[in-house]
Amino acid sequence: MADSVIEVQGLHKQYGEVEAVRGIDLNIERGEVFALLGPNGAGKTTTVEILEGHRTRSAGQVRVLGFDPERNEVALKQRTGIVLQRTGLEPYLTVAETIDMFRGYYPQPLPLDEVLEVVGLKDQRTQRVRRLSGGQQRRLDVAVGLAGDPELLFLDEPTTGFDPTARRGAWTMIRNLRERGKTILLTTHYLDEAQELADRVAIMMNGEIVAEDTPSQLVSADSHTSIRFRIPEEAQLPGKFELQTDESGQVEIRTTNLTQDLHTLTSWAIAEEVSLTDLTVSRLSLEEVFLQLTDKFAEKRENSS
Amino acid sequence: MRSLKLALRQLKYNERAFRRNPAAAFFTIGFPLIFLVILNVIFGNRTIDLGDRVISGATFYIPAIVTLTVVNSCYTSVAMSWVYDRDSGLLKRIRGAPLPAWAFLLGRITYVVLLMVVLATIVVVFGRLFYDVAIPGATMPAVLVSLAIGAFTFCALALALASFVPNSDAAPAVVNGTILPLLFISEVFIPPDAGTPDWVEKVSLVFPVQHLSKALQTGFNPLETGAGFEPLHLGVISAWGIAGLILTLRFSSWEPRV
Repeated sequence: MADSVIEVQGLHKQYGEVEAVRGIDLNIERGEVFALLGPNGAGKTTTVEILEGHRTRSAGQVRVLGFDPERNEVALKQRTGIVLQRTGLEPYLTVAETIDMFRGYYPQPLPLDEVLEVVGLKDQRTQRVRRLSGGQQRRLDVAVGLAGDPELLFLDEPTTGFDPTARRGAWTMIRNLRERGKTILLTTHYLDEAQELADRVAIMMNGEIVAEDTPSQLVSADSHTSIRFRIPEEAQLPGKFELQTDESGQVEIRTTNLTQDLHTLTSWAIAEEVSLTDLTVSRLSLEEVFLQLTDKFAEKRENSS
Repeated sequence: MRSLKLALRQLKYNERAFRRNPAAAFFTIGFPLIFLVILNVIFGNRTIDLGDRVISGATFYIPAIVTLTVVNSCYTSVAMSWVYDRDSGLLKRIRGAPLPAWAFLLGRITYVVLLMVVLATIVVVFGRLFYDVAIPGATMPAVLVSLAIGAFTFCALALALASFVPNSDAAPAVVNGTILPLLFISEVFIPPDAGTPDWVEKVSLVFPVQHLSKALQTGFNPLETGAGFEPLHLGVISAWGIAGLILTLRFSSWEPRV
């Protein structure tokens, strides 16, 4: 059996009348980078904070490295690193002092130079925290999370507010961590980030996991190929196709059976002597899959209410 | 043992952060002295009738400013910094680290208490040098006990108050709003023979500030023949401290409130 670092069954979280998390299951294995993806308010942070031990759950089973995080045990905290969304560090200490302060809390911390190396703050080691740029502060957040050489690292929206260069830098950093065998639970609302970094992605919406798979499987799943082309306005496509036309007149068909549908389409075009200009076949990006799921989800909710 | 070591390390970082913010450090240290000098300039030449004895203005203001020092170091600064650190997410971050909560808190409290001792010493030495106010001798243990109980109580009340301060923007207003009026009615800034109405005196006796200033007045009284302990005053102060502690344990949180 694979080595599970996080096991969650039937997790619920209720805030008064609001059900923020509605029964989710998760299983994250050692060495995996797992991304929890979803729009704001989907329940990502609530879920992660329950796993971190910052919040209690309303129902369900949770095991993190074999511990119940709700019990707030030091032995668990010594093995996990947490990078929260908000920075809260002493502004008058230097980068090296800040990391050292946190290293002191753990039995077997990572050497200071190694931490600085991984997060790319070597040149800032003697700089005061308050003088760091936003991106550098975020790196310091990660550094603090890494100080104890954790087996499991929680990264809550690590690149929100970064410029593109800083994001690339952070991605390299996360890849470095993965190479060190760390298990990482990443929350993000950037789809490209999940696609770029994660071994597996769970998409969360309104407190539920609506899809879970590897990024490549998510985007290559049957329904996720699109055929785009242009045809003269008067042409009537075979009735079986559900199509969407955008403002520029480009037609798009989403297909679950590419070979079959492409054949039907091209046969029809040849028979009717219609030319399919700019014909392209492409996989949907994770972003499109995500939007499609969001639409479906909204529809489902409308129908049920 | 390990946690105690962690608390000590915490102390070191607190001290370093304090030292590196010179403007804040200067005013923290200068604040009691500024009040001491101003109040002495205004009231120093007159005598003050404490009821059972008549003392010089300067002899009154040394223990009064020591009281102010306890309140500032323990109440004002602990409440403000706790709310700021909670809002900035520092407390939550510490909570996620394998540092026991009490070790973190102990580092904090030890630090403000040391700072309080340093400030009180400066005030007392300053009074001896410039105002010829005697440093307590036989009553020194009573002074130290009053300071210790005062420190405990005002730290506990600060943490309790912090639980009810919604955010760091509100902190200065709430903290000052709760303590400044008390400092005015509790024989810290204004001497007791200034014509304070009786009912004001009665109101102030409900709260701990007046009791601390009275306990310290006895400790600093050069004519005091006994050990200078004021069990009744110390009892009232402690009761407030215990109430503060209970409220803190019940309502304090480490989470930023948005």
